[in-house]
Amino acid sequence: MSATEPPLLEISDLRVAFATEDGTVQAVDGVSFTVSRGEVVAIVGESGSGKSVTAMTLMGLPRGSNATFQGTATFDGTELVGASDEQLRRIRGAGIAMVFQDPMSSLDPVYRIGDQIVEQIRAHERKISKAQALDRAVTLMERVGIPRAAERLRSYPHEFSGGMRQRVMIAMALSCSPKLLIADEPTTALDVTIQAQILEELRKLRDETDAGVILVTHDLGVVADIADRVIVMYAGRVVEQGVLDDIFYDPQHPYTWGLLGSITRIDSDRSQRLPAIPGMPPSLLSPPKGCHFRPRCPHAFEKCVEVPPLEGHVANRPESLDRCWLTEDRKRALRQVDGQVGLRSTEPVIS
Amino acid sequence: MLRFVVRRMLVMVALLIVISMFTFAMFVLLLPNGNPAALLAGRLATPAEIHLISVRYGFDKPIYIQYIDTMKNIFTGQAYSYQSSFNVLDEIRAGMPATLSLAIGAGLIWLLVSILFGTIAAVRAGKYADRVLTVLSMIGVSMPPFFFGAILIYYVAYKANIIPIGGYVPFSQSVGGWFGHLVAPWITLSILFIGFYSRVLRSSILDSINEDYVRTARAKGLSERQVLIRHSLRNSLIPIISLWGLDFAQVIGGGAILTETVYNLHGVGELARDSIGRLDTITLMEIVILTGIAVVVIGAIVDVLVAYLDPRIRLA
Amino acid sequence: MSVISGQSPGQGPGELGEGFDAGFESEGQLPPGVGPWKLAWRRLRRNRVAMFFGFVFLLIVVVCLLAPVYSTDIAHIGPNYGNPTGTFTLNGKTQFVLSQIGIPIGPTWDIHHYFLGADDQGRDVAVRLLYGGRTSLMIGAVATLITMIIGTLLGVFAGYFRGWWDAILRSANDVVWTYPAVLLGITIGTVLNIHGIGPLHGTNALVPAVVIGFVYVPYVFRPVRGQVLTLRERDFVDAARQQGLSHWRIMTSEILPNLSSTIVVFVPLIMANSILLEAGLTYLGAGVQPPNASWGTMISDGINNDIPTAFHNVLIPGLMLVIAVMSINIFGDGLRDALDPRSKIRVAR
Ligand SMILES: Nc1ncnc2c1ncn2[C@@H]1O[C@H](COP(=O)(O)OP(=O)(O)O)[C@@H](O)[C@H]1O
Ligand code: SF4
Ligand SMILES: [Mg+2]
Repeated sequence: MSATEPPLLEISDLRVAFATEDGTVQAVDGVSFTVSRGEVVAIVGESGSGKSVTAMTLMGLPRGSNATFQGTATFDGTELVGASDEQLRRIRGAGIAMVFQDPMSSLDPVYRIGDQIVEQIRAHERKISKAQALDRAVTLMERVGIPRAAERLRSYPHEFSGGMRQRVMIAMALSCSPKLLIADEPTTALDVTIQAQILEELRKLRDETDAGVILVTHDLGVVADIADRVIVMYAGRVVEQGVLDDIFYDPQHPYTWGLLGSITRIDSDRSQRLPAIPGMPPSLLSPPKGCHFRPRCPHAFEKCVEVPPLEGHVANRPESLDRCWLTEDRKRALRQVDGQVGLRSTEPVIS
Repeated sequence: MLRFVVRRMLVMVALLIVISMFTFAMFVLLLPNGNPAALLAGRLATPAEIHLISVRYGFDKPIYIQYIDTMKNIFTGQAYSYQSSFNVLDEIRAGMPATLSLAIGAGLIWLLVSILFGTIAAVRAGKYADRVLTVLSMIGVSMPPFFFGAILIYYVAYKANIIPIGGYVPFSQSVGGWFGHLVAPWITLSILFIGFYSRVLRSSILDSINEDYVRTARAKGLSERQVLIRHSLRNSLIPIISLWGLDFAQVIGGGAILTETVYNLHGVGELARDSIGRLDTITLMEIVILTGIAVVVIGAIVDVLVAYLDPRIRLA
Repeated sequence: MSVISGQSPGQGPGELGEGFDAGFESEGQLPPGVGPWKLAWRRLRRNRVAMFFGFVFLLIVVVCLLAPVYSTDIAHIGPNYGNPTGTFTLNGKTQFVLSQIGIPIGPTWDIHHYFLGADDQGRDVAVRLLYGGRTSLMIGAVATLITMIIGTLLGVFAGYFRGWWDAILRSANDVVWTYPAVLLGITIGTVLNIHGIGPLHGTNALVPAVVIGFVYVPYVFRPVRGQVLTLRERDFVDAARQQGLSHWRIMTSEILPNLSSTIVVFVPLIMANSILLEAGLTYLGAGVQPPNASWGTMISDGINNDIPTAFHNVLIPGLMLVIAVMSINIFGDGLRDALDPRSKIRVAR
């Protein structure tokens, strides 16, 4: 990242709340981070921590009448929060493109693959002819590794396997050369070998274009493969962020330790996603006071009833931020479990 | 696809046979002492006369032979009503123009208007237009057709003199008269279905908002209108069309009895009502079989239509 | 604003709330300790329109049940008492029940005398409206009971045992389903009226109730069967089977409770349609038989005798019927939304 150039995307204190019958769900609670051109930023965290809502807010997708938004998200000079429908429409698919988790249901079952790609191209390039757009679709499909692309253009989604459908989704996302690609758990629904191939496509994409990539996942194994920087989310907040190696070799937040502990333990088979952290994420309707991780944290102490700020605590590493009241020394000592990084498995403190 | 259609046809033919047996059995049950001859001969008939009639109509044969004979007659067009001694096929043919005119006109109206209303209600969900349409469709599904027909007849035909009071004028005789006599029946029959279909479509469209592919469509940068029409509506139409197939077929087979009766259209439905009233087994069986055939044929057409709309079925 | 408000796409089904009843999946965050029924009730109560119409229907039921009170203590005239040559005093003036040329008097708005007018036989429309309501509502209730019981039993049976049972029951249902409801209704209705089975014959008002109850069975059978097919694959049913529970026990104590919300949703729908079908069959002469009053007989008498002379005889029972049926429908809609916000059931016509 060059120092003068502003980041591609800058999110600052983003808050998203959903009004439900039972009260307000604070799904995203003050999230800030940046993404630069050509950078892969991974957002990790257990299911329900607000990753998808964060990602989709950038596209203006969770706009149900029950959602309220605060904070700012500036993409390439445009403010996304509170943008008009037409502004968002222009950005969607062209400036920012998104690949969703479930390829089986993300394509419209009643249209041919080719037509669905063409539809996106023509949504942004009104002047292009259908034949030209189809040609582009073939090129895109070949690029993401779909064999016999010209032929398969005429297939329907149900004739494709999950992995192939996800390739189609990626081809579609790339069709208007977006500056930012958001992939929300693109491999979660796929089996391991397909997963690896899809990640390979994403990596190629990162290398070939200058696009920034946000990769949402709850699988740290995926992150290790591809990310430049990592953002760890828990219960609507960023609890830690930093450069990939720092997150893996010098993690600061107990929640991150837990996540890491879960992959080292099942190292050989990363397709397993067993929750290695005892307990459940809190209800976002009435989250615990102070540190959201407190009810599950074996190291919690009195101070933890106050909300820890997201701050740098490591000397000479200003890009490493975390939200924990423990001192750096305590962290280093506490995170060693059986000689590896992990979360000590005492009974969680219930408060 | 072909195998799918053939299998469906076979199932429906079996269904037709069962339906005709069911109808036949009901009427055998119905006749006093199981002997229709006594009924036909009248109260003053002597046993000898009854016997004569029995032999003439074949009532002395075993039930299953009677059934087979009846079916044979129906399919060769040789079935005669015991009561009126008219050829049943001719009677049905006489009622067909009115019934077909009613069905086709009303079928188109209720399909198109429901799509319009259902879509508007979904797009404006929770807003004024949606509330108005919801109220209207609630009234629609709660309105007996003969009551609504009576209202139109009294206020629009009798008081305001805008439409004729009832009856049917063949298309060949006068196009204007045909149309004038059918407007009210079309509306009356449609109201029932519009209320129901537009609710189904509304909720189907609203459900589709949560579908992943609709989210994808929006993420592509399509306008809300494009998302709605090309993706939400397009997918939500599939169940509506299937629903329409069965209902339309039933109306063609004489299912719109109430509407036909209140407007005196002299269609197949009225014929069915009359034949039940005079215990005319043969006529009723033939009408019921006709309904079944309509359901089969129109069902097949609708299947093709649905398969066109839904490639998952087409290519399965 | 987005075209369609409502839930945003953030939550995929099954991501959360896995442990709840089938109808409550993907409900987002439920506060712990609130049962599905309580939650549904809370939602229903918040739906003002549904509650209002539920109340309207209740009011109609109560008023109709009080028919004898009105008849004996206020109007002083029985429901089937025709008084074509009679007179009465209204505001000091003498009035004829039927005019010289036989046209019945319209509504007098005098609670004691022909409040809603007379019919062509000189009977009191208001009194008959209440008695007729009793009949129509009773037929609706009995028919619904029959439909629900048979439909649920057969549906559970077919879905649980599958195989031959299922094939047979399904074809039987298809036969009934292919028949237009009204046509089937008048056929069976006529058969029962003339021939009868036990007490079910002639003018007994149970005849239409049984007929209607039978006609709508497939509308309940289909969805119940479908749901049982999925339920029987669920873990708790497996567990029950492993414990060696009898089929009967599994069906009644494991499967039936999980069907309860589906069943409850269908009750108002079937009820509304049953009341409508009663009127239709009666209009065609195969439902309630004279001189019994029902909304159906009143409308049909009105249509046959009083257009154009005394249209109030069509309008009054007709509106009453529409209001009652509409109230049930709107309440039923609210109930369905409350119980099963994402339901996709096919409703009866
Ligand atoms: N439209 C909505 N209404 C209410 N709650 C919602 C809505 N969308 C998402 N949520 C809630 O927001 C939280 C975060 O969801 P999500 O971002 O999907 O998590 P993740 O992607 O990290 O698994 C969840 O608790 C979810 O229930
Ligand atoms: S702030 Fe306290 S509760 Fe939260 S993670 Fe740190 S030690 Fe645990
Ligand atoms: Mg997610």
